Amino acid sequence: MTAVVATSGLGKRYGRNWALSDCTLEIPQGHVVGLVGPNGAGKSTLLNLAVGLLSPSAGEIEVLGGRPASDPQQLGRVGFVAQDTPTFAGLSVGDHLRLGAHLNPGWDAELAEGRIAQLGLALDHRAGKLSGGQRAQLVLTLAVAKRPELLILDEPVASLDPLARREFLQILMETVAEHGVSVVLSSHLVADIERVCDYLVVLVASRVQVAGTIDDLLSSHVRLIGARHDMGSMPSNQEVIEESHTDRQSTILIRTDGPILDPRWTVEQVSLEDVVLAYMGQQSGERSSRRQRLAIRR
Amino acid sequence: MNRGMMIEFTLDTRTGVPPYLQLVQQVRRALRLDLLSEGDQLPTVKEVVARIAINPNTVLKAYRELEHDGLVAARPGVGTFVVKTLSDSTIAAHGPLRHELVRWLAKARRAGLDDESIEALFRDSFRASSAEGIA
Repeated sequence: MTAVVATSGLGKRYGRNWALSDCTLEIPQGHVVGLVGPNGAGKSTLLNLAVGLLSPSAGEIEVLGGRPASDPQQLGRVGFVAQDTPTFAGLSVGDHLRLGAHLNPGWDAELAEGRIAQLGLALDHRAGKLSGGQRAQLVLTLAVAKRPELLILDEPVASLDPLARREFLQILMETVAEHGVSVVLSSHLVADIERVCDYLVVLVASRVQVAGTIDDLLSSHVRLIGARHDMGSMPSNQEVIEESHTDRQSTILIRTDGPILDPRWTVEQVSLEDVVLAYMGQQSGERSSRRQRLAIRR
Repeated sequence: MNRGMMIEFTLDTRTGVPPYLQLVQQVRRALRLDLLSEGDQLPTVKEVVARIAINPNTVLKAYRELEHDGLVAARPGVGTFVVKTLSDSTIAAHGPLRHELVRWLAKARRAGLDDESIEALFRDSFRASSAEGIA
């Protein structure tokens, strides 16, 4: 199986600051992958490196088995929707389609025109006069009509109202169902990710905290609530991701591959948001010191 | 309203129930309530994703699971069709089970349990017995 994106020790430096450092990950083919993480985790940098808009300062990145933007063929295999979905304000919708046809050898004019008609956009409408939702749809149409194998979207729906957001995701999912394209999209909206993605990568400070199919993540994480518990006595197949304690009660979120047999725990299912927040709160390598800080605060 | 489509799916992302399982449960519920019967076609994957904006693999996984349970069958290039209904077999069993449950509930109340305690007790026993089933 080929990875759509594979990185090893990948880094990008601006002057003295590393926007991304020592990032190693592998994203499998045939999924709609959600990339989440706090601001500054390096998500946009990673996606810009994947489409070849940036070049790495360290390490390696392969996209669909090739180097990003290394030749016209590679460029044609990857579609990109940048943050804030930029268009040429002075050009019309029709101009954008003509531009797409000239720049992309594999351009599917029928698909592009059909999509624009379906959206009810007039070809002579200036892009600068479109609503945010319409502009996002135009940019998605351009990215899809080049018939890429991989579609990369950097927070595509962040600035859209709920209705425009839903419409954008409907079209995106229809495209996946029709053309079987792999998708990587970054977003802060976990509810959207849970709907449209089937694979999740949580990136914190350039590190992959957890990655896997969303079904696996939901079924392998549970919240346990019970009387105050000594964490040293947890079974070996239960990894504690997040814990909080009062004098009497312990609430912990664990990752496990088996049923919870200890009758002292009340077991609760967790939402994807719970899982995401637990891993985002977990600073790599700082678990023990954080526990100490909590102990001191109490 | 959407003519031609027998049922419409919804998705609740606030529960911990995986999306594919929500679709499976909705089909099973429709079968149990006779909203779907043998020969009916389930919405196509493209129809479902275009309507509720969810991942196509989620729909495929749900349909595969229903197929595995012998409830639906996929006809390649045509669609997925209901081949078995759930209403008959379960309704027959409902009566006696419900009767027993009502008696048990009355007993629990006489023992001084309030609604919340009854629910907690039920949930706890339910989980214990399904965990036994797994192990």
